[in-house]
Amino acid sequence: MSSFFDLYNYWIFIFLMMTGFYIVIAQGNLVKKIIGLNIFQTSVFLLYISMGKVSGGTAPILIEADVSYSNPLPHVLILTAIVVGVATTAVAMALIVRIQKAYGTIEEQEIHEQDASL
Amino acid sequence: MEQAIDIILLGFLVVVAIAVVKQRDLFASVILFGIYSLLSAAIFVSLDAVDVAFTEAAVGAGISSILILSTLALTSRNEKPSSHSVFLPLMVVLVTGATLVFGTLDMPAFADPEAPVHKHVAPRYIQDSYQEVGMPNIVTSVLASYRGYDTMGEVVVIFTAGVAVLLLLSSVRHKEDELSNLTDLKHHPILLNVAQILIPIILLFALYVQFHGDYGPGGGFQAGVIFAAGFILYAMIIGIDEIRKTFTPKYLHWLSVTGVVLYIGVGIVTLLLGGEFLNYNVLAEEKLTGQHWGIFLVELGVGITVTATMLSLFLSFSEVRRTP
Amino acid sequence: MISNHLPVLQVVLPLLAAPLCVLLKRSSLLWAFTLLVSILSAVIAWSLLQQTDAGIISYAIGGWAAPWGIEYRVDKLNAYVLLIVTGIGSLVMLGGRKSIEQEIDSKNLSLFYTAYLLCFAGLLGITITGDAFNVFVFLEISSLSSYALISLGRDRRALTAAYQYLVMGTIGATFILIGIGMMYMITGTLNMHDLAQRLPEAGSSRTMLTAFAFMFVGVSLKLALFPLHLWLPNAYAYAPSIVSAFLAGTATKVAVYVLLRFIFTIFGIEYAFTELPLSAILMLLAIAAILLATMSAIYESNMKRLFAYSSVAQLGYMVLGISFLSVTGLTSSLLHLFNHALMKAALFMALACVMYQQGGVMMDNLKGLGRRMPWTFAAIVIGGLSLVGVPLTVGFISKWYLLLAAIEAGQFVLVAVVLAGSLLALIYVWKLVEQGYFHSGNESITRQEAPLSMLIPTWLLVLANIYFGIDTSLTISVAQTTAEQLLGVTQ
Repeated sequence: MSSFFDLYNYWIFIFLMMTGFYIVIAQGNLVKKIIGLNIFQTSVFLLYISMGKVSGGTAPILIEADVSYSNPLPHVLILTAIVVGVATTAVAMALIVRIQKAYGTIEEQEIHEQDASL
Repeated sequence: MEQAIDIILLGFLVVVAIAVVKQRDLFASVILFGIYSLLSAAIFVSLDAVDVAFTEAAVGAGISSILILSTLALTSRNEKPSSHSVFLPLMVVLVTGATLVFGTLDMPAFADPEAPVHKHVAPRYIQDSYQEVGMPNIVTSVLASYRGYDTMGEVVVIFTAGVAVLLLLSSVRHKEDELSNLTDLKHHPILLNVAQILIPIILLFALYVQFHGDYGPGGGFQAGVIFAAGFILYAMIIGIDEIRKTFTPKYLHWLSVTGVVLYIGVGIVTLLLGGEFLNYNVLAEEKLTGQHWGIFLVELGVGITVTATMLSLFLSFSEVRRTP
Repeated sequence: MISNHLPVLQVVLPLLAAPLCVLLKRSSLLWAFTLLVSILSAVIAWSLLQQTDAGIISYAIGGWAAPWGIEYRVDKLNAYVLLIVTGIGSLVMLGGRKSIEQEIDSKNLSLFYTAYLLCFAGLLGITITGDAFNVFVFLEISSLSSYALISLGRDRRALTAAYQYLVMGTIGATFILIGIGMMYMITGTLNMHDLAQRLPEAGSSRTMLTAFAFMFVGVSLKLALFPLHLWLPNAYAYAPSIVSAFLAGTATKVAVYVLLRFIFTIFGIEYAFTELPLSAILMLLAIAAILLATMSAIYESNMKRLFAYSSVAQLGYMVLGISFLSVTGLTSSLLHLFNHALMKAALFMALACVMYQQGGVMMDNLKGLGRRMPWTFAAIVIGGLSLVGVPLTVGFISKWYLLLAAIEAGQFVLVAVVLAGSLLALIYVWKLVEQGYFHSGNESITRQEAPLSMLIPTWLLVLANIYFGIDTSLTISVAQTTAEQLLGVTQ
């Protein structure tokens, strides 16, 4: 069982994740949702990287001295995930530009109203 | 001391995240997200993840923000107040968050060297990668060799995004002859002079990051983003026309195909030489020389595809017709 | 020599072919190239399925042994799913050329085929890999390309459907990422086989429960499991016809596979069904999916949306089969995985024919179709009957096993649910028949049958619906051995 102070930074990351998640599902502007999605994902990255940390460790680049290194595997995974994140953002933005051209708005509500009136 | 810095950074993150929720001006939201990303990068550094910090800063605060801003220029800057009910989203978020907090209760303490993640799989990377792969930067060894296949997938993801954006925006692009220099900032002498000095340095730095990733933080992905950033800066300040003339969409797509094919091609060559897919050992007599060649080539592939795709994304958005 | 490398070639072949589409300009060449790649992939999948008779195939990518490197691990279950994906992909592509030429802007054709192959490779990559994080990477390849493919539909609602799918899909993928992270935290490994051994050793903990919950919700989003299915109807309805046919036949099947893999292989039956009330949860969700989605289908006037809602219901049948945790139940799910892929590919291909000739797939377009496009309409009727579960079609076989499983478990309420679902499905199929045969429309009837190049592949799929409904030796034996493998039952 871990004590409060051992886990506090995990809880902050969770708070951040949920803030991003809230923006995605509660706000109606299409761009804003993607900003929320980015905040959600970045906070998940923080959670991943923090589990690779070793107290007293150093960055996983080998040096002569006798030191302990932090775990490189989460770093590798998150590098990939960051790339996936920007790829998703790019596709989302292109979709938003097209939606703007097709509907003249990027507000979820107004788009629904236009589709419903068909 | 270090802990104090961490707490301050985390505090900033919380403030920025809440500010994004409240903010109605989308332009401000994007800038706040850029700050969020930069703060995260600082935390990554304090958590020893220098490669990740590098990438987050270049991608989150750089490329992602530019892409969102380009979209805002084509849509609208202000968000309309939402008449959504906040009750259901709030419940979903609270339940999800509570589940996560519940999950943390049995987690190993932060930075505990005895945690399972430090006892299995990772020790081999730390202890043996220098003998097996020959790179001082363990992240590069794992990224390009042990888990080189994931990285191949990552290059394909970027390539896919490039293809998707080309497909989506092709119908709303300007004809080539109607393009005008919309984003020309040439008449600002300070910007122009600083840019003229900075751009060569940025490109040089990108080359350094590309080819020095074995020893320090960096590699093909970061280099590609920085390279593209150099050209984007040129396009924004000195003139987008030159960039457009040099890098036509077709040419950039070919370039990004080249990078992907180079990466997969290395895998095919290792197959033909009798090894498993992406087993660089068979590329040369000496295993370590083979690993060096393999990693050099796949990182080059990553660099080429990322540079070309990032530039292509930027140009695609800049060429969208402003009229409906 | 090549046979040793088949697992990796399964994915690398379409993955390499995708960027190479840039070399080809002409529509016919692009189509022939994509078709060739699809068929070669199907051949590879077929020989992998044969190879699994001798046991599990493991392939160490990069020459690094698991768990340090990424492993491709093929057993009966994923070889079977690979065959479904590649087989459906080949048949859809075979009939796809004309429809693609009509619906996709000619200057985008090369990029369209690139995106299609990327999606195809992504789905295969998810299915074959033995590494949990690698699943996430290939999931994103297939998702990003499918967002683009869906957005290419002619109706502007294709754009909003793609956007909605992007948001839901990314939330799902991020949940999966959180789940993988927590599993890694507990065990220190990402390899599925290694996880399967280390998770039980670590003992159940609150972290493990959370990991399970996030994986389950994330995969359910991708799977469109009721009530997380909201993205699916519009995505399938407004996508280009061939894209709908391809995705309806493959994407959700792969998601079901991921669900099976992580419940049965990674967490294990012991944990998922004994410590957690997973059976009850799956059962409730399945019943809701079957009844509510079928009712939504009845009120639909857009046929692509109608069949999309029916897909949500059919996924319910598959999940219901899993919930029994018996060989018969799992066999029915696995059978339905294959059978439903056949039904939906046939139906959406037939709708592609309708779209090609009539320019729309609303109920109005169906009026008198039985006389204007007799072959296409007959395909729709047979596909519909297969959905209902009429004897001599594949639908009957999977429903039969599902009923057996329910009776075995003594769950007579579920017998009633399955029968009610079938009767409700009969209502919407009857609506189609009525429109097609008994409403002749206003204009004078002229034959406007779809071109043979589309009709033949559609009918191949229809005949497969009948053939595998009569000769069940192949499908049942594969499904049954796979079910036994998953449940750890040895003969």
